[in-house]
Amino acid sequence: MDEIFHLETPLSVEDIAPLKSGDRVTISGVLYTARDAAHHRLLKLIEAGKELPIPIKDQIIYYVGPSPAPPGRVIGAAGPTTSYRMDPYTPSLLKLGLRGMIGKGKRSKEVKEAMVKYKAIYMAAIGGAGALMARAIKEVRVLAYEDLGPEAIRELKVERLPVIVVNDIQGNDLYLEGQKQYQIA
Amino acid sequence: MREVSTKRIIAEVRDSVIRANYELGEEVVQAFKDALGYEESPVARDILGQLMENATIAKEERIPICQDTGVAVVFVELGQEVSIVGGDFKSALEEGIRQGYEDGFLRKSVCHPFTRQNTGDNTPIIVHVDVVPGDKLKIWVVPKGGGSENMSQLFMLPPSAGWAGIREKVVETVEDAGPNPCPPTIVGVGIGGNFEQSALMAKKALLRPLGTKNQDPELAKMEEELLIEINKTGIGPQGLGGRVTSLAVHILMMPCHIASLPLAVNIQCHATRHLEVVL
Ligand code: SF4
Repeated sequence: MDEIFHLETPLSVEDIAPLKSGDRVTISGVLYTARDAAHHRLLKLIEAGKELPIPIKDQIIYYVGPSPAPPGRVIGAAGPTTSYRMDPYTPSLLKLGLRGMIGKGKRSKEVKEAMVKYKAIYMAAIGGAGALMARAIKEVRVLAYEDLGPEAIRELKVERLPVIVVNDIQGNDLYLEGQKQYQIA
Repeated sequence: MREVSTKRIIAEVRDSVIRANYELGEEVVQAFKDALGYEESPVARDILGQLMENATIAKEERIPICQDTGVAVVFVELGQEVSIVGGDFKSALEEGIRQGYEDGFLRKSVCHPFTRQNTGDNTPIIVHVDVVPGDKLKIWVVPKGGGSENMSQLFMLPPSAGWAGIREKVVETVEDAGPNPCPPTIVGVGIGGNFEQSALMAKKALLRPLGTKNQDPELAKMEEELLIEINKTGIGPQGLGGRVTSLAVHILMMPCHIASLPLAVNIQCHATRHLEVVL
């Protein structure tokens, strides 16, 4: 626990295998953003057997709806949104090889089981630290669903985005273990 | 009568909502510092440090502390000797918010309940007006994010539940919320009144500046007791385990019906944004 790792996307299973819940990680490379509305559309495409606007295998999805970019910046504040709203859609993406997710808050039992089964990790970014997260984002491109505004799918090029591993591929969950460790009965 | 123009109201509301979103209050930053004094978890200490860094970046680079710049809630104390001239008061508040969200590059987060179609300008806003003696117009601009609002709850308890029942429900609400409302949080509690009044008090309680003591010694004692209980849960900053789940509990209380004991718990995330202007 508590080591600092560095990851470069795309991620292989070998890249994430050594990570344990509680590890601090920085990420460089490409992330894709999606919130509930975008997930809903992705799932419709999967169900219809159609092609998706973003690659899923070995990628990371960041649950974020950034604030608009002021002139001279690539993005506004860009901290994580609450992940449980994506839970109903997530197992289908994990099945397609999604390797990582960044958000905040606990995941459902189904998502946790699918993470172990398909080998993926869930990482927490600091909720409410939107300005700090934006600093790690170097380039932004809208890839799909522009009509969704902040909820559109974007490609983010990031450098050393700081996150904490919550669920590792062994099935550990920092939300449960961390709280237990500091609970006073 | 003292005249206040809608033009001035629009300008002040516009500036306030931008500033509230870019500049975290000094008292909140101080609360993070104080929390470092007793937080033991290394991950949690890291997080507290990053929250302070985040506040500095937002202020210096003029971007929002948090991308969820919320639904705009506006509390008003309107002195009864104030006359508002130059147009309709509520439209002026709304126009100030509209301009602030546009000019300040704040995220517009208001949509139709079912179609989820964004209204495009972060209106309508939510306004609470109190008419008070005097010739001043006080406006609090309080943008509130969805993550913490979603974790808030209201209970119509049986009177027999008493203080023990209230304590249990408040702690349970914070436990159920876990990491979702971005702890460390501030917990607003409204006790008594009726259904809607308890919710309003819970939210209003959050307007009291962090770090100030409740004027009522009985409530101050209750706040301390609740804070200790909440921080025993071990939820910690961001719910990743630690001593500092909440920074403070703020209570407002009033008498209620002989058959009821209303309780509302409004959770406020660490990105606590409110600004007060007096016109
Ligand atoms: S709960 Fe507060 S700090 Fe967290 S994302 Fe929402 S508005 Fe931001």
